[in-house]
Amino acid sequence: MENQDLLNDPMILREIIMDHYKYPHNHSLVSSTAYRSRHMASASCIDDITVEAKINDGVIEDIRFDGIACTISTASTSIMTELLRGKTTDEAKEIIANYFSMVDGLEYNADLLEEAVAMKNVYKQANRIKCATIGWRAIDQIIKESEESNG
Amino acid sequence: MLDVAAIRKDFPMFENNPDLIYFDNGASTLKPQPVIDAVVDFYARHTSNVHRGDYPIARLNDELYDGTRDIFARFLNCSPQEVAFTHNVSASMNEIIYGAAKAFMKPGDVILTTQNEHASNIMPWFKVQRDFGIKVEYIPTDVQGVVSAEDFEKAMHEGVKAVCVAQQTNVLAAVQPIKEMARIAHEHGALMIVDGAQSVPHMKTDVKDLDIDFLGFSGHKMCGPGGTGVLWGRYELLEKIDPMIYGGDMNARFYADGKMLLQEPPMKFEYGTPNIEGVIGLGAAAEYLMKIGMDNIHAYEKELGDYFRGRMKEIDTITLYNPDSTAGVVTFNVKDVFAQDTANFLATKGIAVRSGNHCAKILDGIIGTNSTVRASLYFYNTFEEVDRFVEAVKEVTLENAVSIFF
Repeated sequence: MENQDLLNDPMILREIIMDHYKYPHNHSLVSSTAYRSRHMASASCIDDITVEAKINDGVIEDIRFDGIACTISTASTSIMTELLRGKTTDEAKEIIANYFSMVDGLEYNADLLEEAVAMKNVYKQANRIKCATIGWRAIDQIIKESEESNG
Repeated sequence: MLDVAAIRKDFPMFENNPDLIYFDNGASTLKPQPVIDAVVDFYARHTSNVHRGDYPIARLNDELYDGTRDIFARFLNCSPQEVAFTHNVSASMNEIIYGAAKAFMKPGDVILTTQNEHASNIMPWFKVQRDFGIKVEYIPTDVQGVVSAEDFEKAMHEGVKAVCVAQQTNVLAAVQPIKEMARIAHEHGALMIVDGAQSVPHMKTDVKDLDIDFLGFSGHKMCGPGGTGVLWGRYELLEKIDPMIYGGDMNARFYADGKMLLQEPPMKFEYGTPNIEGVIGLGAAAEYLMKIGMDNIHAYEKELGDYFRGRMKEIDTITLYNPDSTAGVVTFNVKDVFAQDTANFLATKGIAVRSGNHCAKILDGIIGTNSTVRASLYFYNTFEEVDRFVEAVKEVTLENAVSIFF
């Protein structure tokens, strides 16, 4: 099967979420001054996630996260750390914009999102959109902050 | 015992949502027809402000609004002049805590509470700790959040000027020995302040028998409209405490030099135009509950809760955090499944529960987790609903919880 076909198979997408929930990637903080950090504690649910990223010369060299969160929050953040690591901030912003479109139920470019398409149906459960975006909003804010401090 | 089938006919939510299992009564409760009628009648037949009109409809609303104090005087066994209406328990507790700290406490004085408390009963204390130098200390509890009179007595010391706990805690439904605690607090010269949000709707509350000093609770958790709450205090204490918010209605006179004369209690705590229709509806709710009988409600919920706990203990995939509770509240997690994932799965079966930390964000110090699922019953819930709930919980697995997205 082509990669794209695999990412249309609900069973595979479900496995992706479960794997990233049970074995989250980049799931520990470095807490070094080389990293920018963002603590996301959403008011209406329990998710409490900290994301940190090392950004140098417009390139995201590393992203890590830690915290307590549901399957959707944990898996979406874990996938995000893999997807955006090594990308330039401009590339990352395009991916993030497409991801936000997808979780809002709008048009998006699936090729850019790779495993993150596992979150494509979350918009049907409106109460979980904030779960699917918590880590992504954190990295979005970190990138903006890094650009402001460099600009 | 209660005629629950007849009671359910009073609640249009059941007819309009035939498949709904509403087990989120700790968050808010459903409304019976007399409450709905009271609110709708205000809008359709007798809308006006209160305390300022000289026409018949305005006088009717004065009677209905202030008459609700008489209903609560019967409900709580107190004087009508001790009942002030607020917007919710948070507002009630903020008024009480600010007022008591300002009037009766000095920097370094201690208040005793638990790590079990809802935000509305602990954050106002953190605020007076920050602003007035009052010190917050915790009474130890067991792993199900219950305070023992012995531990409480040991935690008391000369610096303690107030004790403030929920009569029934909101996550674990730990029922505290309030009457004994009030006796011990008073022996040490401390005030006894009670958050009744989770207890007043479910059991008879006699403030004279409990011998407490202040009580706050919400209306919407006892079949009343949203945006209503009650602040009760001993009249002589209400006279001494300063309201937190100043404005319309609560003042008697004020002068250019800044001199202010406030109304007598309870009016001095009711600033601006109140939630008139809400308070009138809340009166209808209290009458409705008294007609069923608070002791009957409590006995039925205890029986249903015991049955519920017994059935949940059959399931070996769950962790039960309050197996010995005496209330109609079951707090649990399915092993290896995050609380919100469980709640969302149950939602696909038509079940409403609460998941998360339930605004009790320092409770993890007691139970070692800060995310749980809480199923909270009321007198209109049934044994059959409990059975359906238990079957649904048996189906909760990580796989099934993620499958709802596909």
